[in-house]
Amino acid sequence: MTRPYYRLWLTAVSGASLWLIATLWFGAVTRSHAEAAGSTRITMKDFMFSPVPLTVHAGSTVTWTNLDAEPHTAVSDTGLFRSGAMDTNESFSFKFDKPGAYRFICSIHPRMVGTIIVQ
Amino acid sequence: MSDDKSLLSRRNALKCMAYGGAGTLFVLSAGVFTPIDLAMAGTDKQGAAGLGKPLFVQISDTHIGFNKDANPDVNRTLTQTIDLVNGMAEQPALIIHTGDITHLSKPAEFDLAQQLLSRLRTTEIHTVPGEHDTADATVTEYFNRFGQASGNRGYYSFDHAGVHFIALINVLQFKPGGLGTLGVDQLAWVEADLKGRSASTPIVVFAHMPLWTIYEPWGWGTGDAELLMDRLRRFGSVTVLNGHIHQIVQKVEGSVTFHTARSTAYPQPMAGVGAGTGPLKVPADQLSAMLGVTSVSEVRHSRSLILNDTTIARS
Repeated sequence: MTRPYYRLWLTAVSGASLWLIATLWFGAVTRSHAEAAGSTRITMKDFMFSPVPLTVHAGSTVTWTNLDAEPHTAVSDTGLFRSGAMDTNESFSFKFDKPGAYRFICSIHPRMVGTIIVQ
Repeated sequence: MSDDKSLLSRRNALKCMAYGGAGTLFVLSAGVFTPIDLAMAGTDKQGAAGLGKPLFVQISDTHIGFNKDANPDVNRTLTQTIDLVNGMAEQPALIIHTGDITHLSKPAEFDLAQQLLSRLRTTEIHTVPGEHDTADATVTEYFNRFGQASGNRGYYSFDHAGVHFIALINVLQFKPGGLGTLGVDQLAWVEADLKGRSASTPIVVFAHMPLWTIYEPWGWGTGDAELLMDRLRRFGSVTVLNGHIHQIVQKVEGSVTFHTARSTAYPQPMAGVGAGTGPLKVPADQLSAMLGVTSVSEVRHSRSLILNDTTIARS
């Protein structure tokens, strides 16, 4: 009576392990892919910048893309950068050379705020 | 429009606009605005005769370049507005545009707006920018076209028929959180501009964003407007005109009447209704009743101003 149960348990364990390994591997791949693609991108959707705060390495170029029907801008509070009005699906990019915290707003909807942390 | 209204001739419709129109008529009496029932105002010949010549018409939020669902043809609705103003029995002496002339601050949008507005029979037009007019990367497109009146500062004053007009800019210097800002330089200029002026001079102040807090969560106000009001309260007749919220909201506070205008492009939701600001999609047959202009007349003898809102809805 023990053997079949043992065999079943082994099968279950190896199956679970395989599933676990596969999940971890795919998860890792997916996650690293997401980090690479999303690390310098900010979307404007539903009157919000996302993700914020965003952390990037010095020398990175950050790209803002407007997914709303309303136009938005990305305007630095220090005057470092200022996009023009971005209509739906339009983008703006800026390269951050020096480490620091950079705050910005949408000048059309100044409730929209965000920060980029450059390391 | 109801069937009754559709029977109105153009002449009658314009008379309604001049003497009553759609909305509530406010008459200033001894420094206090008194709402008058429109039905009464329309039939009170004696009162109507005293209303005088329209002093100016306020046009706002034309948003040339907007092409989304809420109004795919803002050129047409501005043209209808211009036809309405051009059809007034007596032409206003001047036009005030309280901003958001364009939607995206693009040169082509400004050019088209100027081309459309040039059809107005009244050629004297005074403007202030909205945040949609200063959304270009260099903040120069508006000032290249309309900056001369203010030496590119955005604020200026002028006099017409004994009324002192003050144009203000409150769409630069946004702080996170969203209310408009006048700033210390502009407030100091206002103080100097008003210094020595008689308290009996009627004052008209206009800016794009409301100069009173209508709804703070949506940024419908100006953070330092109270400092402006402190300088205006000694005057017997102050009319504060704004745009930005695409609907009429009024408030009377002592001798100061606050009034926001309709847009000629698209309506916006009422304060706090729904998820947030932005174009409000309404059934096509209701749109024109939500778009329009404000005309302001002067009662000459009492040195007071009368505001009157008119939609572009046609019978």
